[in-house]
Amino acid sequence: MSGFEHHRKSDRVIATFSGFEADLLRSLASQMVELLRNERAEPAAPTADAFEALMAEFSGATSPPEDPVLARLFPTAYPDDEEAASDFRRFTEGGLRDGKAAASGLVIDTLEDAGLPPELTEEGLVIDVELTSGEAETWMRAFTDIRLALATRLGVEAGDEEYWHSLPDDDPRAQAHDIYEWVGYLQETLVEALTS
Amino acid sequence: MSAASPVEVEPTLTPDEITFLAKPWVTLVWDDPVNLMSYVSFVFQKYFGYDKAKAEKLMLEVHTEGKSAVSTGTREEMERDVQAMHEYGLWATMEKAT
Repeated sequence: MSGFEHHRKSDRVIATFSGFEADLLRSLASQMVELLRNERAEPAAPTADAFEALMAEFSGATSPPEDPVLARLFPTAYPDDEEAASDFRRFTEGGLRDGKAAASGLVIDTLEDAGLPPELTEEGLVIDVELTSGEAETWMRAFTDIRLALATRLGVEAGDEEYWHSLPDDDPRAQAHDIYEWVGYLQETLVEALTS
Repeated sequence: MSAASPVEVEPTLTPDEITFLAKPWVTLVWDDPVNLMSYVSFVFQKYFGYDKAKAEKLMLEVHTEGKSAVSTGTREEMERDVQAMHEYGLWATMEKAT
């Protein structure tokens, strides 16, 4: 595992993943796409206000998503003005959802185009990824969304690294946190590769 | 013909308060425990076109003060900026400049 680097000659951002790593990234990106598509952009309590429910159906959500991950991905733009916040959400959330789903979709497509099979069976499989700077930026946004999702589910807070490292290795939360840190490491190398 | 009648300017108003332009708005980016400092700085450079020094200054302000006003403009402009920040996964809000 060495992360991303800038390949000067081709001006591409490149990385090499093991089959396991590529499969893991695909799984995370697929979960993101599913999350974005599953919980429809609807008001938290659709029956509370028939007009609001109708508006959501036609033109997008007006109140924050119930799922805390989605609430973090689509923050309230006007914390002190509910009406303006609803309008902003109605006009932006649908497009933001599509953009985020497309970003994670690109990660999946790139890995599969690079040779990741639908089911990982082969041992010793190596996946070489080559990205233009535009694609690398899209990957960066997808990694951000994935990290925000993992961190929200885990309850990550500032300066809590010791807590996570004190958990036994077989604790599923510790394993999920390891994945969160790994995607963070990849993200760091991606930023470096794009700014070098 | 008419002559301008003498008008007294209210002496308690400062020039800022008597401007006829709408009060500008600001985009605030808030600190979160997830986004990498390098990434936040990258986003400020990429989206706003800030140089590295300005982007890092704003990023450090987010990190140490908990938030930073990263752009100023009309309400419409700030809505675009907030939307872009959400696209990048940053936690952004907007408010009237004080």
